[in-house]
This record gives sequence, C-alpha cells and structure tokens, in this order.
Amino acid sequence: MRVALFITCVNDTLYPRTGQAVVRLLERLGCTVDFPVEQTCCGQMHWNTGYGTQIEPLVRRFADTFAGYDAVVTPSGSCGAMIRDNHPKAAARAEDRALADDVAAVVPTVYDLSEFLVDVLGVTDVGAYFPHKVTYHPTCHSMRLMKLGDRPTTLLRNVRGLELLELPGADECCGFGGTFAVKNPDVSAAMGADKVRNAAGTGAEVLCAADNSCLMHLGGMMDRQRTGVRTLHLAEILASTEELPA
Amino acid sequence: MTGTFLGMPPFPEAAHDAVNNAQLRHNLRKATHTIRGKRAAVVDELDDWPQLRAAGKAIKDHTLRHLDRYLIQVEEAVTAAGGHVHWAADADEANRIVTDLVRATGERDVVKVKSMATQEIGLNEALADAGIRAYETDLAELIVQLGDDRPSHILVPAIHRNRSEIREIFLREMAEWGEPAPADLTDEPRVLAEAARRHLRERFLSAKVAVSGANFMVAETGTLVVVESEGNGRMCLTLPETLISVVGIEKVVPTWADLEVFLQLLPRSSTGERMNPYTSTWTGVTPGDGPQDFHLVLLDNGRTHVLADEVGRQTLRCIRCSACLNVCPVYERAGGHAYGSVYPGPIGAILTPQLRGTASALDASLPYASSLCGACYDVCPVAIDIPEVLVHLREQVTEQPGHRAERAAMKAAGWVFADPSRLSRVQRLAGHTRRLIPKRLPGPGAAWTDTRNIPEPPAQSFRDWWAQERGSDGSPRRDDA
Ligand code: SF4
Repeated sequence: MRVALFITCVNDTLYPRTGQAVVRLLERLGCTVDFPVEQTCCGQMHWNTGYGTQIEPLVRRFADTFAGYDAVVTPSGSCGAMIRDNHPKAAARAEDRALADDVAAVVPTVYDLSEFLVDVLGVTDVGAYFPHKVTYHPTCHSMRLMKLGDRPTTLLRNVRGLELLELPGADECCGFGGTFAVKNPDVSAAMGADKVRNAAGTGAEVLCAADNSCLMHLGGMMDRQRTGVRTLHLAEILASTEELPA
Repeated sequence: MTGTFLGMPPFPEAAHDAVNNAQLRHNLRKATHTIRGKRAAVVDELDDWPQLRAAGKAIKDHTLRHLDRYLIQVEEAVTAAGGHVHWAADADEANRIVTDLVRATGERDVVKVKSMATQEIGLNEALADAGIRAYETDLAELIVQLGDDRPSHILVPAIHRNRSEIREIFLREMAEWGEPAPADLTDEPRVLAEAARRHLRERFLSAKVAVSGANFMVAETGTLVVVESEGNGRMCLTLPETLISVVGIEKVVPTWADLEVFLQLLPRSSTGERMNPYTSTWTGVTPGDGPQDFHLVLLDNGRTHVLADEVGRQTLRCIRCSACLNVCPVYERAGGHAYGSVYPGPIGAILTPQLRGTASALDASLPYASSLCGACYDVCPVAIDIPEVLVHLREQVTEQPGHRAERAAMKAAGWVFADPSRLSRVQRLAGHTRRLIPKRLPGPGAAWTDTRNIPEPPAQSFRDWWAQERGSDGSPRRDDA
C-alpha cells in the first residue's frame, strides 16, 4: 500500500513532532510512507476567511501531488474536511473539467489518521504505551465534518497505561475557528476559557485532540493560566512507547 | 417603544460588553442549555427524524423554486375566501399599507401577536408615528416592550432577562400601558404570568384591530397558520373585528400534507415539545365568526434578492425555530443584541446581511460572528448549511473596500504556499528568529497574545526533518512495487 502523508502547513511549520509521530506509528504498523515534498497547504484559511477564489492553485497542487496513492493520511480533521468538502466545490467553480476530475479522483483516498487506522488497517490497538490520565476533545471538524465518531477514543482506550477521562461539554467548540480567534477575540477567549475549565476539571494531565490548531489555542490558554495540563496530538500518544515516550 | 437596532456597533464590539456581563451570560447559558437538552430528547425519540428533516428541506426548496406560482395561488385563495391581499416590496411600503388599514378603522390601538416580520420592518415605530399604539401580547414580547428593550432571541425575546428583572419591569411599567401589576408581585414565574395575563386580558377584550404574523401559509386553501404556546395568539386571531397579517413571502407551503411535516419539525426544534399547545389556522373571513375584515400583507423586503443567490437562497427555508441559537456557542456568549437585528444567532448572521446588504460595519461583521463549528447546521430542522452561507457571505464582504491589509496578507500567504521551497524558507526563518518573537504581538495579533501564549516555532520544520532523515534532496522513499 502506497501511503502518502499530508502533514498540513500548520503541523509542518509549528508541530513537526506530530508529523514525526505519524511516520513512526504508520511504519510500526507496517506501512511504507511517503512525504511528497511538493505539498503545501489545503487552503482552508483562505477559504474560511472569504478568499476562496484564491485557492485554485492550492487545490491543483494538492490533486497533482497526491495523485496515484492508495491512501493519503492526514493528522488534521479540519484540513481533511477542507479537502473532502470544499476542494470539489473550488474545482467546480474554476470550471476546469480536468481539475474537477483530478480532485474527484484524489478525494476518496484522503483519510484522517484515526479513520485510516481503524477503517483501512483494521487496528484499534496500535501497541502504544502512555501511562497518563488523558481527556479527549473531539474538535468540531473532526466530529461534524469528518464524522470520526468514536474511532479516536477507541484507539485511546487501547493504549496501555492510559486512563481516559470524559470531557464535559466535549461537543462544544473550543473557540479557535481560524481567523475567528482574531476577529472575535472576546467571544473566542470566553469559549476557550470554558473548554479549559472543563478539561482541567477532569483531573487529566493531558488534553488530546486530532487537530493541532485547536490545541494551539487551548494550549496557549492553559499555558498562560498555568493549569499544568499539557496538550498532545492523538498521533503522538498513539506513537508513544516505553522506549520512546511522548 | 421597542428600541431599534439602527447605529449599532459591529459584532465584536457589541459582543465585548455581553461577554463581560456575568449575569447576562449566566441567564443565557441556563436558558439555552435547558432547551437544548429538551430538544435533543424529543428529537432522539423519533427514528424518522432524518427523513422528516429531508422532507422539510425538499418541500421548502420546491416551494422556493416555484414561489411565484404558489404566491399567486395564495392570493387567489385568500381573495376567494373574502380576504384582501397586499404586496409590499419593502419595509416602508408594508408599514404604509398597515398604517392606512388601521387608520381606516378609526382605531388608535392594535394588539399584536407573533410577528418577527413586523419587527423586521419596524412596524410598531411606524404606527407610533401615526399616533397608533401597538400592544405586544406574547409574554416575552410584552416584557421587551415594557422594558423599552430589544428582543434577543427568536422564540424567547426576553431570554436575557431573569425573573427578578421581569418583576421590576412589570411593577414599573404596566400601569402606564393599562392594568397595573399588583403591588405584592413576587418573582415567581406563576405570579408573573398571572400579572401578564390580567394585564393582557383587558387589551384583548377591548381590541378592535389585531396585527399578526404567520408561521405558514397553505397555498391550496389560502390558510394562514400560527403556532404558539400561550393562547394569546388565539385571542388576537378571533376577538378583533379586523385582522391584518404581515407575512414574509417565503412562508408559503403548497398543501396541508406539506404542513404536516413542519408541524412535527417546528415544536420539537423550538420548544422541545412533541406538539405545541395552540395551532390556529384561518382562511379569509367566516361570516359571524371571528374578524370580519381580513388583510394579508405579503412582505418581500429583500427576500427575492436572497432567492436570486444560489448559495444564499437556502436561508429562506428557515422556519424560525431558533434551535440554531440554542446550540450556538457564540450566541451563548455574545447574547442576542450583539447581532443588531431581530434575527440573532446563526440564522441572524446569515439572514440579516442578506436582507440588509453588507454595506454597514455591523452587517459586514455578521458573517464572521461564527467559528464555523457547524453545530447550527446539525440541529437545523430544514438542513440549512449555515457555515456554507457564512463563508459565501464572507467572500462578498472581502470584495468590499476596507479589507486591503487582510487581502494583502492572504495574497502573501498564497504566494508562500504556491511553492514548497518558499514555504521551507519561511519556516527556516521562523525557526531561526523564534527567540526574537515578542510575547505580546502588535496589531490584530494582540487579540491572540492577550489571553494566550503563542506557540514557539520549532528549530526544524517537518519537511526539513524529513529531508534530513530520508535523504538530503528530500526525495521520498517510495514503494513502487
Ligand atoms: S436556521 Fe434552521 S435552526 Fe435556525 S431558526 Fe431557522 S430553521 Fe431553526
């Protein structure tokens, strides 16, 4: 199986450890992984802020870069949803048949990491070891657009040593929302504060999610408030072992 | 009189005050979470909810596609049943029509029920200018009117008030409008409701003219439908001699069989009830029974403009159930007033800028009053993809002047992403200069650093790590077998 990683621009630039964890994890499970270096960004920031007309080159780049793989795996529910839901729309708007065909060919091969593990590889126990209390925030786009369901928590439950604590109000938005955090700072901070309070209240040492941008927002807040809770991407926990702990 | 929304500041500014008002946030949180739970429970007990929702969407889409035909059918049926139909292109025309109709009766008072459309056009203010006093009869509307306040929720316009505030408003204002509140009024809901009931009863019994809205119009018979919980609607619809209904043109459904779908979708979505307490229907006039003079004012006021927009037109499917408000995390913190419109919350964030345009700073800020979390789309009983319409409206807003800096920043980002080697150079620069990045950012970044620490760029990007681990030329390890 030819698995390509779409690491996403945020992870590539700010959270390389998440990408490294994905590589380690998938190789441990016997996959041959490839990072096509031509990849850049899915265009979500442009699309969601109202500059969707500018993303045609990014859609084209994505379709070209990832053509021909059996699976494209990404550690971001939000970027995965952008590709699945909006790249076809952007291609249709460009009125370019060839582009629309290329996008239509690549979209069904795109998987969020947890989807790929559970649905394609058929594993729910990835052989990880992480002896900590963890609470899981499903993140809006992972939950509502990618419909990851209980795949991530099933994977976490099978991690040796890990105690999964339920997050109250888990299905509520953390308030990040891309440029929303900058355009509506007060409301965004109020939403984040509630999420942080709920997370800290579980007694967890780690707040886990499948989207580093939400974790950046929440982690920055917990850091500022010195809650002592740290954030970790799901991939990093799943890649964690006794020899190489996260 | 009910304050207007004119001259309100953009959403983020208006929200700033609400976010910092602990009492308001507490009231809103409590109310929205209660109704949210009730809705979820009654929706969960139906195993055909997805089919009902799909049916609601399909009926509305079909009707909107043939709106001209169904509206003419409504007009013919209402006229045949002895009513009169008036077409109003905008707020001014609608207000003029209603004012003239009331004037013709010689009355100076009207009772009102259930009409967001009249709030949208500012009818109460227009009537006041003509020396006519309009009395709201929904309990929550009454609270808003007496408090010289603005509505902050579609279904519960006084959601931002708690019961002790309501008690004070009743004690202070009721006497000026009619039957005063009893001196020993407590803040018990039952006692407050009783005071309102007595105050209103006097109104109903003396009113000769009523103004109503409608939840639906059934085209095949020209029947109007009001769905309500308090019974005040029934009083307004039956006691007066003249009834004037102001209804948005999107409220039509073709047949009674179609209505059945919405009578299931609406109460469950709005009040979390299986069925609403009062459903009233009326068709023209019936000699010797109810109002003998009936007028239907069909209101456009921007709706045909919304209809012409391929992405935006789904907004007109809205049945004003308010489920989207009750699940919206932004509404819950910002409160209804921040939206500067009678339509607050997620639906307001898309409906208002479509009806009014995005020229004002407030209207241009509304499409951004969402984190695009999608909770509104999930609960909407007619499946309006609110996030999709928000993004669509953002595209219109960014084409207006005033977005130069942002447009330039987006262009620059696009330029970086257009070429992996550019992205790589930017990443290395960030990695090398990470110690220089200040803890407090200037400009729009300040919003971030005021409440959050910014992440420190790593020394090495993922792609540089990959190149280092898997070959300095970055050539990927391929399994072409
Ligand atoms: S948009 Fe949907 S959920 Fe919101 S009020 Fe309208 S019908 Fe209800």
